[in-house]
Amino acid sequence: MTSYAADWVQIHKIILRPDERPKTLPAETRAVPLEMRVKGWQVTESAEIGDQVRVRTVLGREQTGELIAENPEYGHDFGRAIPELLAAGDELVAMMRDMPKED
Amino acid sequence: MTKTDYASVMARKGEIMLSSLGIDYAPFMAHPVTFDYEALMGLVPYDIDEVRQVQARAGVGSTALIELRQITRLARSLSSKGKGARIFVKDEAANPSGSYKARRAALSLHHAEQAGFKGVVTATSGNYGAAVASQAARRNLDCVVVQEVFDSHGIGQPEILEKGRACEIYGAEVMQLSVGPELFYSFLRVLEETGYFNASLYTPFAIAGVEPLGFEIVEQMQTATGAAPDVVICTHAGGGNLTGTARGLRKAGADRTQIIGASVNLTGLHMASDTDFNRKHFTTGHTGFGIPFAGWPDRTDVPRNAARVLRYMDRYLLLKQGEVFYMTEVLARLEGLERGPAGNVSLAAAFALSQEMDADQTIVVQETEYAGAGKQPSAQLSFARSRGIEILRGDSEAEIPGQTVIIPDGPGRIQVRDLDMTKLRRGLVKKAAAMVEDNARDDALVQFLADETQMSPTEITGLL
Repeated sequence: MTSYAADWVQIHKIILRPDERPKTLPAETRAVPLEMRVKGWQVTESAEIGDQVRVRTVLGREQTGELIAENPEYGHDFGRAIPELLAAGDELVAMMRDMPKED
Repeated sequence: MTKTDYASVMARKGEIMLSSLGIDYAPFMAHPVTFDYEALMGLVPYDIDEVRQVQARAGVGSTALIELRQITRLARSLSSKGKGARIFVKDEAANPSGSYKARRAALSLHHAEQAGFKGVVTATSGNYGAAVASQAARRNLDCVVVQEVFDSHGIGQPEILEKGRACEIYGAEVMQLSVGPELFYSFLRVLEETGYFNASLYTPFAIAGVEPLGFEIVEQMQTATGAAPDVVICTHAGGGNLTGTARGLRKAGADRTQIIGASVNLTGLHMASDTDFNRKHFTTGHTGFGIPFAGWPDRTDVPRNAARVLRYMDRYLLLKQGEVFYMTEVLARLEGLERGPAGNVSLAAAFALSQEMDADQTIVVQETEYAGAGKQPSAQLSFARSRGIEILRGDSEAEIPGQTVIIPDGPGRIQVRDLDMTKLRRGLVKKAAAMVEDNARDDALVQFLADETQMSPTEITGLL
């Protein structure tokens, strides 16, 4: 996939390599780099996923990093109903129906 | 050229913080422990009426107070005769960015604007990011939000992804980071690069901005019941929510209202762990922040934290994740209110506590937050389930954070669990004592620690 200047893209860059991270971190965190993702308007004329590109963020700040997506989906959603909670809700509604009203 | 490696930037931390706050902290840093807390809060040059005016102009505050009659009825059905306090909730979801955090952002950004900053930066994975972005948008200020979002596989939980999306909607540049406390390093670098204002959650402005919330509660409860509430419960993480609310309650004259903090108990999960990151189903309002910030507030992005909960908190209650998901369902099914997770931590605590209190007493849950995609139990628990977390019905007491979520098999399962406040208070005194030479433990230190912990000077002297 090729993306072009003025496309809305996401880039990725390494902020700290594992050896640059503080020794106080848990081992599993220190084993991996500190990474950053940011979105912006592509400045580089054309690029493929994996290329280094320049982008201009929504504030106009220039950032450079590896192109990882063109206009990525937010992706989060409502999930699925949780049957355990649905059942709990049904029980509560039934309980309230059987309960004498207060004066 | 200025060096931008980790050690060099961290070494400049003090000067970066000072130039990005528009506040002179020097008078409060003269002693390693003691400082004049009221003088720090006094740096906000407005009284509470003026704060309310600033917020009203920003569309913030004056939210509804809603009595939860069905939930009170349910609590009474489980209580002994004459018990079951009335439960009310302050519907803070009605603020512009969908949470009470708009209050903190409104006053902070008003200050930033007055001090001549062209933009603001905030480091947060919570609702505060959207609040700052929203208030920045209203003021034509640039906004950068630095967020901890992903684990090393690039996976983020729905609730945090939603909080990032909300910031983008308001026009913020969102720097999404992987797990690690060095987020602070990236944050400092942005402050240096841009010269923008540090919209910290912990300045006097960010705390004074919450005071009207407490003040409004007293006014509205007086109208609803003729008296200030007996108890106000605040979901506790960094401490600003409880501190600001408590100060507002006092300013409204509610000296006898008990102030209770509530957090989800995530004991056993490490906050800086890449693997634990996506095994917690609440991203804030949990003990991972709540306990360390209560026990030692000065661990933030400002030289002195204006959020100091042990000065105000009378009790600290811990909830299980399953209990809070259950109460979220209760709120939707019995009260017709779909709201996000934060306030429901306090609501679960209120539900259990109500059963111990008299029926003529009152409890206010002081916040709700908006519910958008990603924030519901359906989103968070679907994500959890897909990652091998077991979701069961039963006794939440048996829940193990990171392994199980146990949805109560009945409302009677929701419990009052007190964290030992004495231990928390003593911990703070011990830490403070370690920072002062033996021969410098004078009356001023004793009085400061007494104020800081609500212990008596005699108790403090004994501990020192």
